[in-house]
Amino acid sequence: MVNVAANALELQTGVGAMQAVLSSEKSVDFFIHELIPYNFFGQTVYITTTHVCELLIIIGIVIFALVARHKIMHAETVPRGFQNIVELLVETLEKYVHGAMSGHEKKSYVNYVGTIMLFILLCNISGLVGLRAPTADYGTTLCLALISVGMVQYNNIKHNKFRAVTNLFKPIPILFPINLIGEFANIISLSLRLFGNVMAGTVMISLYYTLMPVVATIGIPAALHAYLDVFSGAIQAYVFTMLTMVFITDKMEG
Amino acid sequence: MNQITNEGLILACSAIGAGIAMIAGVGPGIGQGIAAGHGASAVGRNPGAKGDIMSTMLLGQAVAETTGLYGLVIALLLLYANPLLSKFLKL
Repeated sequence: MVNVAANALELQTGVGAMQAVLSSEKSVDFFIHELIPYNFFGQTVYITTTHVCELLIIIGIVIFALVARHKIMHAETVPRGFQNIVELLVETLEKYVHGAMSGHEKKSYVNYVGTIMLFILLCNISGLVGLRAPTADYGTTLCLALISVGMVQYNNIKHNKFRAVTNLFKPIPILFPINLIGEFANIISLSLRLFGNVMAGTVMISLYYTLMPVVATIGIPAALHAYLDVFSGAIQAYVFTMLTMVFITDKMEG
Repeated sequence: MNQITNEGLILACSAIGAGIAMIAGVGPGIGQGIAAGHGASAVGRNPGAKGDIMSTMLLGQAVAETTGLYGLVIALLLLYANPLLSKFLKL
């Protein structure tokens, strides 16, 4: 009986210690916050900061697209101002996709790759305006990777028909399990690469803001933001879209 | 030794494990360095193809980085969303 009481006390002090570690005065805050709870088929799930940031980014993109559409409807022969920016953006994306893919179907992938590119890029650099980057949530990156791998497998079946299955048994049939794992590993590697990079940036920046004295958090973090948010974020958006295109081209050529 | 609680032991071992997991950062560092060195020598040999070399190098480096990021994800899991501790507290 005494033993049980001692154990319970031990457990309580242990829990207390853990809570003290997790919620000390200067705790590092890079977690996803749960804002609004709601009921989903009997389970309580939350609207989190990720959803809010994603919504803000999507609203931003939609407003930009509507303004751009209005401008292009009344396009001028000699572009200037905002029309210039829109044309530059579209041409850059087109050149990027056409340079990376081959085959006559590459025109139809500009829309998909451009959308994914813009979304990931804006998500990654949203840390600049004080939001928590949505791509630092594994739920977001896993969904993006699932969409991309679904696209790859759709192309595999569309272009290779029955060979999509027989290709798994090449070069020798005994390699079938490894080939199958290789197809599914794309999901893990695509999503974890994006998540890990953005998460590392988020952790580093919040560590700096929390642990440094207030004087050091004025001006100096600009360098950190420039590297971890802008440079790293742009590289990761580039790598994600480039790998998607490489996989699709790989499947197209059989 | 008697003053150490079970949770304390789990937390301490998790911290050590997170440190060991970050040793995974050595490999990508070496790999990215080799890729950057070969990229630099390629630009030296053929400065006209700088754009292509840059994009190929960055793509290869990002792929090489993945193994290091697996280690990072495991370290972050152990430090902030410890599955071992939550499993113990539920039991």
